Amino acid sequence: MSLLIGAVTLGLILSLLALGVFISFRIFAFPDITADGSSTLGAALAAALLVKGTNPGLATAAGFAGGFLAGAVTGTLATKFKINGLLAGILVMTALYSVNFHIMGKSNVPLLGRSTLATYAERVGGRTLGGEGNLNIFGWEVTLYDTSVMVAAFLGIVLVGLLLYAFLQTNLGSAMRATGDNNQMIRALGVNHENMIVLGLAVSNGLIALAGAFLAQYQGFADVQMGIGMVVWGLASVIIGEALVGTRQTGMSIIGAVMGSVLFRLLVAIALRLGPNATDLKLMTAGFVFAALILPGPLKKIHAGKLRLSHA
Amino acid sequence: MLDIHEIGKTFNGGTPDQVCALQGIDLAIEDGSFVVVIGTNGSGKSTLLNAVAGTFPVDSGSISLGGVNITGWSEHQRAKLIGRVFQNPFSGTAPNMSIAENLALAARRGRPRRLGWLLDGHVRSELQARIRQLNMGLEDRVDSPIGLLSGGQRQALTLLMATWLKPELLLLDEHTAALDPKSADQVIALTAEIVERARLTTLMVTHSMNQAANLGDRLVMMHRGRIVQDFQGAEKRRIRVDDLLARFEEVRRADQLDESAAEMLRRTYV
Repeated sequence: MSLLIGAVTLGLILSLLALGVFISFRIFAFPDITADGSSTLGAALAAALLVKGTNPGLATAAGFAGGFLAGAVTGTLATKFKINGLLAGILVMTALYSVNFHIMGKSNVPLLGRSTLATYAERVGGRTLGGEGNLNIFGWEVTLYDTSVMVAAFLGIVLVGLLLYAFLQTNLGSAMRATGDNNQMIRALGVNHENMIVLGLAVSNGLIALAGAFLAQYQGFADVQMGIGMVVWGLASVIIGEALVGTRQTGMSIIGAVMGSVLFRLLVAIALRLGPNATDLKLMTAGFVFAALILPGPLKKIHAGKLRLSHA
Repeated sequence: MLDIHEIGKTFNGGTPDQVCALQGIDLAIEDGSFVVVIGTNGSGKSTLLNAVAGTFPVDSGSISLGGVNITGWSEHQRAKLIGRVFQNPFSGTAPNMSIAENLALAARRGRPRRLGWLLDGHVRSELQARIRQLNMGLEDRVDSPIGLLSGGQRQALTLLMATWLKPELLLLDEHTAALDPKSADQVIALTAEIVERARLTTLMVTHSMNQAANLGDRLVMMHRGRIVQDFQGAEKRRIRVDDLLARFEEVRRADQLDESAAEMLRRTYV
């Protein structure tokens, strides 16, 4: 049971990553792989500040701000300096590796015994649910910590998801969506599409760094290597989410990305339990994303074939 | 008023593919005037429109609109003053966004985009009313993606979008060339109606002799990056399709004459 709760919590936290990837890949069709660096940047900033005794909320906000800046740099390289988008992301990601190391001062910063958002959640959970120790939910024994953090993560995601949805319905957010959809049109309507891309990638990487900051506080440490493969995880979540909700409409896509992230984590947890060790996780993920990317085509054909048969 | 002064543009300069697309174009368009541009293939008529829209910087000359020199302005800055409809129906609309969203984006052409709602009640009711005037039955479908519509419907909506806020200048770039004849006629009728109602200063490029003869109050003919004919007033009103075809034939013959003359000179002197 605690494995299940752990997977759901991780999925909820990493759904911020999925939302970030959704913005860059789906809204802007921009192959941004800054994520590997910006997620670690969020974790590093939060961890370094928490160790200094900064308020956890403030430390997490600093993580978001760091990612926001990193995304803006990638966007600026790609638009103002006309560097290929993929390359711009690689440049920033590579640079961030050193930056993250400097921020943390060493390759791993443990947060044991520090007050973090996770310990906040546990304290609030203890007060509302009453008492310390383990809880009994439907006959299952679960720890107060796991439950509280999961609930907190859920509430946090709902809040961020609603904010993102609202933002995308504003004049500014809609101009960003239109930029990804048809930049010639939005230029003809007086919008500087390059600025939209810079801002969009900033928001995207801000969310990804936020995921990193939450993740560090949940798992109790920040590591300079923790961001490797994040883009692929996020992409996997977005693709699963699209398969789940079956539409690319903004609101449903946001819900889909969150659901996709949770489902993806559950699948990973199950897969890990069945045998292979953690080193194979990235290989499995890559294979999984590959399958998710190519399957919709054949499935559609099969579906169309069935329709033809039933009409015949 | 649009004042184009001596603008020139060369593509691929210094290479064997060098094309002198615009060679010192001079054109002044009065407020409220509807100018139609025709020309042979590669005559530079679309290039002229793009130069005014700011798609690329010109090599020489200046462009001013409403008394403001806009030569150094970027494309999106010029959009404050200019409404555009493109040749390709896919270029003027964001396909995955709804009809309402597309129109609402156009309702803020050239204005700052901040955190107010795109579709507030006021915008919604206004766009319902304007779409109804198109008589295309689209007013019940404002929330479906605009990408599901036909090319003709999209061009009609793009026209509505380009003129939602009265532009200082309306640019129409062969905006019916990609449509079937019936849709093209509808879009042309709508164009004439909108331009007349708001007395819009309009610059329209077309490949259709029919449209050139029947639309607008001034007709400019281009050839090889230059303006070769400029019919205005009564002269424009008298123009028929046959006259235009005859003029094109003349231009073509003059070309041949030029080439054979050049050939003769080469043979004699080189």
